Amino acid sequence: MSQTQAVFAGAGLKTKLSVDHVSMVFERDGKRTEVLNDINLEVGDGEFVCLLGPSGCGKSTLLNTMAGFLSPTGGAIKVDGETIRKPDPRRIFVFQERGVFPWLTVEGNIGFGLSKLPRAEREQRVAHYVKMVGLEGFEKTYPQELSGGMKQRVEVARALAVNPDMLLLDEPFGALDSITRLIMRGELLRIWEAERKTIIFVTHDIDEAVQLADRVVVMSARPATIQQIVKIDIPHPRDISSPRYLELRDGIFQQIGLAHKL
Amino acid sequence: MQDEHAARMNLRLLWRPLAFIAVLLVLWEIGIRRQSSHLLPGPWGVVGGLADLVQHGLLLKYVVASLFRVTWGFALAVVLAIPLGLAIGWNRRAEMALNPILQILRPISPLAWIPIAILWFGVGDLAAIFLIFVGCFFPLMLTAINAVQSIPAVYINAGRNFGLGSARLVYRVLYPAVVPNLLVGLRITLGIAWLVVVAAEMIAVSSGLGFLIVDARNAGNRYDLVVAGMLIIGIIGLLLDAGMRSLEKVKSFRWGYSED
Repeated sequence: MSQTQAVFAGAGLKTKLSVDHVSMVFERDGKRTEVLNDINLEVGDGEFVCLLGPSGCGKSTLLNTMAGFLSPTGGAIKVDGETIRKPDPRRIFVFQERGVFPWLTVEGNIGFGLSKLPRAEREQRVAHYVKMVGLEGFEKTYPQELSGGMKQRVEVARALAVNPDMLLLDEPFGALDSITRLIMRGELLRIWEAERKTIIFVTHDIDEAVQLADRVVVMSARPATIQQIVKIDIPHPRDISSPRYLELRDGIFQQIGLAHKL
Repeated sequence: MQDEHAARMNLRLLWRPLAFIAVLLVLWEIGIRRQSSHLLPGPWGVVGGLADLVQHGLLLKYVVASLFRVTWGFALAVVLAIPLGLAIGWNRRAEMALNPILQILRPISPLAWIPIAILWFGVGDLAAIFLIFVGCFFPLMLTAINAVQSIPAVYINAGRNFGLGSARLVYRVLYPAVVPNLLVGLRITLGIAWLVVVAAEMIAVSSGLGFLIVDARNAGNRYDLVVAGMLIIGIIGLLLDAGMRSLEKVKSFRWGYSED
């Protein structure tokens, strides 16, 4: 598997996002911390890419620069050929947890980005996405009274409601129990197949990456570099006990330097 | 059905404190009767004092006078300190510049301002209102600064992500995010205002519950009126606090007070 080849977007896809020699150095109290080191990556339109790496490796930082929350100290990130300078509703970031606004109901959260629409249209959009994430009957409920999985659904629906081109998900299911996490992965894939957004999904869970992504970008510990990009050539729905799945997964395990024995 | 149940629950929660108060009153009355030195008026004496005040139309007049001063002093402090505090909290440099001054002014008791209040405003309502204002201003401003600084970054980032400019970010994210913390600060500060008004009225004016207490003593050692005044102050303070507390139950604020 040649690394330089795999940097480019999936075959036949128009490039949506390109990360060009991006590096990031934080300076705090006179201490220099290099977080990202010369990252190069292209993501195709409608592609599902997972950024995989150990905790604290800088993959969230990379995602934050893609969102426009942070500016890279070197290089540039472009969307549709345009350099990102600030956050934009066309790329919605889904936060690790607690990103829903606790002072708004489910309805209020999902409609948050729709305040410019006429009321009737807004209500219709909200109803559509409430249904898509399976929260009918909870429209008037405040997040405090929802489970973790339901809150995460609200956040995904809030993101989808503004019809972005891209979703940037930062370990969105990390705080959920393992059963809910599996269900949520299935739902995300269903939504992705229905709406074909470009998705960049940060995770430290190898199985999660191989279950979801078209390509898995394996990152090293800090300062993060791209170690390898693995194309997951298994059609959905994926059989997670098939030989190909296990082969790809174990390949990544080895790449990260973990023998798959406990 | 549910209301009835709730009412019965309330009664059951209330009877213990009420019974305890009744026992204390009885003990108080007995204690007063057994020794004749005038350390304190008995409960009956206080009731008589209250009746006297009502008869002379003073009770309502003094309560209104005190509430009037508290309302103005508190409202002025709220209107000035909260926007200012929010702006300062939002701007790290402003906070760093102002923080030392605030920390010096804050521990000065509002009562220490009494001479200056009288110098500036003379003896009258304005001086009392100024003292309440000073007593409320600094705690409210610090509450607002802290409230802004404790907003989780995710809310701000999410707001910006959905394309909100500064003004809309303030009223759609910043403001709702700080309300629960502000309400706690407002409740505590209203308590301070109620403490300060009594002290201010003892010196700077000739009406109100604080004046009642000093006047009752000076004009003939009417300690029944002193205690009656104290009782009214306590009850009104309790009602003010309960009123502020009920705001914390509003559903879109309540998230700020739970453990989760």
